[in-house]
Amino acid sequence: MDDAKLLIGRGGRPAAMLRQNGISFGRGSAGMKSQGVVRIGAGAGTSDDRMVPALELAERGNIDYLVFECLAERTVSRENLSRSKNPDQGYSPSLHARLRMVLPACMRNGVRIVSNMGAANPVGGARATRKEAADLGLGDVPVAVVLGDDVSSIVKHRPELRLMENGEPLESILPAMISANAYLGADVVCEALNTGAPIVLSGRVADPSLFLAPMMHEFGWAYDDLPKIAQGTAAGHLLECTASVTGGCFGWPGKKEVPDLALNGYPFADVRADGSIVIGKTPDTGGRLDVMTCTEQLIYEIHDPTVYLTPDCTLDITGVKLTQEESDRVRVEGARAKPRTDTYKVSVGYADGYIGEGEVSYGGIDAIARAKWAAEVVKERLRLQGFKYEDFRVDLIGMSSLHGAPDQRPEPYEVRLRLAGRTRDRKAAHAIGFETRAMHMHGPGGAGGACEPRVRDVLAVKSVLLPKNLVNAQVVVEGTL
Amino acid sequence: MSIRVYDLAHARAGDKGNTSNISVICYDAKDWDFIERELTPQRVSEAFKHIAKGPVKRYPLRNLKAFNFVIENALGGGVTISLAQDIHGKSLSNVMLAIELPDRT
Repeated sequence: MDDAKLLIGRGGRPAAMLRQNGISFGRGSAGMKSQGVVRIGAGAGTSDDRMVPALELAERGNIDYLVFECLAERTVSRENLSRSKNPDQGYSPSLHARLRMVLPACMRNGVRIVSNMGAANPVGGARATRKEAADLGLGDVPVAVVLGDDVSSIVKHRPELRLMENGEPLESILPAMISANAYLGADVVCEALNTGAPIVLSGRVADPSLFLAPMMHEFGWAYDDLPKIAQGTAAGHLLECTASVTGGCFGWPGKKEVPDLALNGYPFADVRADGSIVIGKTPDTGGRLDVMTCTEQLIYEIHDPTVYLTPDCTLDITGVKLTQEESDRVRVEGARAKPRTDTYKVSVGYADGYIGEGEVSYGGIDAIARAKWAAEVVKERLRLQGFKYEDFRVDLIGMSSLHGAPDQRPEPYEVRLRLAGRTRDRKAAHAIGFETRAMHMHGPGGAGGACEPRVRDVLAVKSVLLPKNLVNAQVVVEGTL
Repeated sequence: MSIRVYDLAHARAGDKGNTSNISVICYDAKDWDFIERELTPQRVSEAFKHIAKGPVKRYPLRNLKAFNFVIENALGGGVTISLAQDIHGKSLSNVMLAIELPDRT
């Protein structure tokens, strides 16, 4: 293992990359670079995303980079709590399984990995990554770590910052703050790639930036080259939810068919130095990739389509043209951008009490009337015990739990009653499920299948804007380059 | 006879905080003008009134045969604190698809 060596070429770029035990990293037949194309694959779009499609990309997708986006809005808060209990933890718990699966293929095929699985502890995540690599017999693999997204110590001293959601000062949630993380941009991730380390691990980075960074690194795009930064950001946005562009979250029987949905593959972007982009997917996988799937994903989670703010630019997708080039390949043209703003968006996670839930089912004659009666009984029991809730909700699952308006819906044969409430008092949260379960014995006739009382901690998230010059984004390397 | 959004377009819902955005994408570009005329923010607001307080804004994306509807105060306070089962409001695109529009003839 000690013969691991990383050769840095001129200009700080990796020349031969890692050579060890017959494994050559960064050359060989895999990848698309010899054709003037850099192929960037999407390996995960959420912490719970499937793992095997990423392996398919690494093994036979001919990719140069594999990007794992694994942080939902409140994930960093949750991982901060893990870290406070054990300082070695706080990175994405899925890191071990994901890397164990893809590392051998990535190292064999010269695929570099970029991921925000560092979550609340990128250095800890890098050490875990290195251990996984060593345990797999892959030697001493250096990991470049992006730091600086954790701005909790900075915002603590700025209680006057305004919460974007309600305009109140940050002060109102500071006492309960668990984490504060800036969405860093592609610039610092690109710096991390410039070290030559085969793996880059970060905490909070804006999703499209994880994909834009390899393009900037490979082609030397200037951070202010707006047409290219726009194209790269649009491509990143298309890839950041993996299967959402390859037929996931899309199909509709008889209307929008998706072949082999159970086996849908993950997408990649083929990028050229001039900023031209084609989106494709792993060959011989299920799913579909076409103008329709790409359009749905392009507009997903965008508000004003002329002002999509990322740390890297202000993206405008109104000029985007999507063209089907061939089966499962879509060309993306016409993304535009205005300059980036001088602030980072910061997600502030804070403890906000508890949510309690209970469920029980009714079926047959008068199922709805009995369910409604039970809901009134549970509410009365909670009231008599003096419990208070900031928000409370009664759902008739099968009738009105998703889209409301129970009075306008036809009555189903059976219904599942669900009660949920948010409160500062853990006992009050637990009582919802307790009293709902008691409907077996104490409620209207014929209740069945109540669940155990459920209580979960609420990790709420609000946002502030923080001037970029206050944030110290930086790169450290774990291991020897 | 009326026609539903479902008959002319497909849709996907996304979330940010307490705001839902729902795309409406025409299968056929020739239906874009009709949708623009009939699927007004007011009509969408009315269809979502029992779910979202609003307001509703509509952004045209003619190049993509699409519109983007941004519906405020739609997600029970936001993903992290919502009591809803569908905290992200992923299913809300189906409320959009079910909206009935006047017949063109």
